[in-house]
Amino acid sequence: MVAALIGIGALGVVFGALLGFAAVRYRVEGDPVVDRIDALLPQTQCGQCGFPGCRPYAEAIAAGEADINQCPPGGEATIRALADLLDREPKPLAAEHGETPEVKQVAVIDEQTCIGCTLCIQACPVDAILGAPKQMHTVIAEECTGCKLCLPPCPVDCIEMVPVEEDLEHWVWPHPDEERRHGV
Amino acid sequence: MASEKRAEHPLHHFHGGVHLPGHKHESTRLPIRPARLPKVLVIPLAQHIGQPAEPLVAVGDKVLKGQPIARAADYVSAPVHASSSGTVVAIEERPIPHPSGRSAPCIVIETDGQEQWRWRKELPEDYRSMDPSHLRNLIREAGIVGLGGAGFPTAVKLNPLPGKLVKTLILNGAECEPYITCDDMLMRERPYDILSGLEVMRHALQAETCVIAVENNKPQAIEALRQAIRARGLDDVEVVEVPTIYPAGAEKQLIKTITGEEVPSNGLPIDIGVVCHNVGTASAVHRAVTLGEPLISRIVTIAGGVAEPRNLEVLIGTPFHDLLEECHGVPGTLDKLIMGGPMMGVAVHTDAVPVIKTTNCILAVTRADMPLPHRGEARPCIRCGRCYDVCPMELLPQQLYWYARAKDLDKVQEYHLFDCIECGCCDYVCPSHIPLVQYYRYAKTAIWAREREREKADLARRRFEARQARLEREKRERAARHKKRRVASEDERQAKILDALEKAKAKKRAGGGEGEGGGA
Repeated sequence: MVAALIGIGALGVVFGALLGFAAVRYRVEGDPVVDRIDALLPQTQCGQCGFPGCRPYAEAIAAGEADINQCPPGGEATIRALADLLDREPKPLAAEHGETPEVKQVAVIDEQTCIGCTLCIQACPVDAILGAPKQMHTVIAEECTGCKLCLPPCPVDCIEMVPVEEDLEHWVWPHPDEERRHGV
Repeated sequence: MASEKRAEHPLHHFHGGVHLPGHKHESTRLPIRPARLPKVLVIPLAQHIGQPAEPLVAVGDKVLKGQPIARAADYVSAPVHASSSGTVVAIEERPIPHPSGRSAPCIVIETDGQEQWRWRKELPEDYRSMDPSHLRNLIREAGIVGLGGAGFPTAVKLNPLPGKLVKTLILNGAECEPYITCDDMLMRERPYDILSGLEVMRHALQAETCVIAVENNKPQAIEALRQAIRARGLDDVEVVEVPTIYPAGAEKQLIKTITGEEVPSNGLPIDIGVVCHNVGTASAVHRAVTLGEPLISRIVTIAGGVAEPRNLEVLIGTPFHDLLEECHGVPGTLDKLIMGGPMMGVAVHTDAVPVIKTTNCILAVTRADMPLPHRGEARPCIRCGRCYDVCPMELLPQQLYWYARAKDLDKVQEYHLFDCIECGCCDYVCPSHIPLVQYYRYAKTAIWAREREREKADLARRRFEARQARLEREKRERAARHKKRRVASEDERQAKILDALEKAKAKKRAGGGEGEGGGA
């Protein structure tokens, strides 16, 4: 009886020490779940989800503070990928956050009208607008995510969203099932 | 010697393949004839794999036949030349032969009927004395791309990387797709051009042996080539008859048939010491190097439901409808118009599209002349496995189909989607009429699109994080500045107080002294 107690106790001490050692030795820096969620988000940084960027939204999802259906630019594909990763049921996009855009868009500044106020530069989450006070501003199209955050601050309404022209090299063959459904 | 060796080693077989009705004799009855000069030439800037060419002319410019009108934009790119003399009337988007049915930038030339050549380049004395790199430049400037269908810039393919030896140069005259006979007619009528081009290519590649592969359903072409070889005394060039089975003319399958070796997955033929060029390309190389003519025309088969199927030598940029008219039109109702063959061709959306460098065939499909049995509505897959039996790449078409259909883009790659050559054998034998290749084409392009999107997202993430870091830094710096100012002002105040006290003391002392003095 005593021997058994001592034995079990000793085992407990050994395993406890082992676990304690492992916890210190193999400590994971940061939160890998957040990284994996962030990797699935479209990185538009538009804030439509209610968080100031994709990473903060990823952190909120990981913490259970946000649902997986709040990202309009990502749309159905992102919701499905998140549901897969987190082993949840996919659900439709929450309507209050906006709609998934039909085509990709980028912001274009009408350089004739721009007064050089820098407000859009400050609003751009990815630093894709170039310019200086009282100088013309312009959008670096390649780096624009189409988040539209530059539109409201502009005092002269000189920024427009234009659809990205898809060149032939980037053309995607239609999925046969969808083609048939559309009756093409 | 090479032939002896080859005789010892019989031809090899690739997996699968299908026997198709050839439909070749209809268009080989009449000899090749130059097509009529069209009123307007529409010359696209992207007729090849790689970057589109950059225009060198402006609207209103007069151009001469053979004059470069757009230059190569990159290493993998090709210049474009005016196919005839005339005036540039527009540089704009026009419909081109592409499965999307979209338009792309084209240079439009109104021909003047003079066919006036530009000053032709002075020809090098003899290409044999030329450095291979110089020779490649000549071929590159002539705008030559693979005429077999893919349109890869020929000069790039004639440039094996240092340390890679070319054991075998294969000229591909197999032409295995039904209806297409442009290579067949070229071999019959112009074998000397092909051999001359072959010699230039051999010199550029420093290849050890040369083989011309022709399907055994083209006896006239084989005979013409053999005769020309004898006449020119090219004993070390061998014409190999390969069995007629589709897709014997596909690059990887042809290499397997001739050498018995397989091109590694994600690899190139040069990895196993083989380079493969189309016979039409060889003929174009001959014209560029020995006659100084750039690639401005090609032989096109006009076949299917046209009244007079035949081969025409067509200027690049000639609209399809001009050629259909020249073959006396399409008597029946035109169902669709295909560029290429019935197996791998792409349907074009209008007959206004122009002939480009890779247009080997224009196939008019009518109710009366259906190239392949009519395919009904797709039915569910019954897992019969016939697609696997015929797949020349030994893939699992059924598996690929499931995953492509379900848009599982990771899984479909695990089953080697990118090894698929889109030959259409699986489609052809599928008893459920499932358009399998369409699913694979969708999956391939969707994977590329996803990759591009990921790259873009990564860039946005990096920029967002950099901006956050910058904002954070600025905030810290601002706080530090405030603190410094606060500390500084505190010090200043203390100093002022001290100063004031000091002054007051001094004053007091002085005042006291005065007072005392006054009192004294």
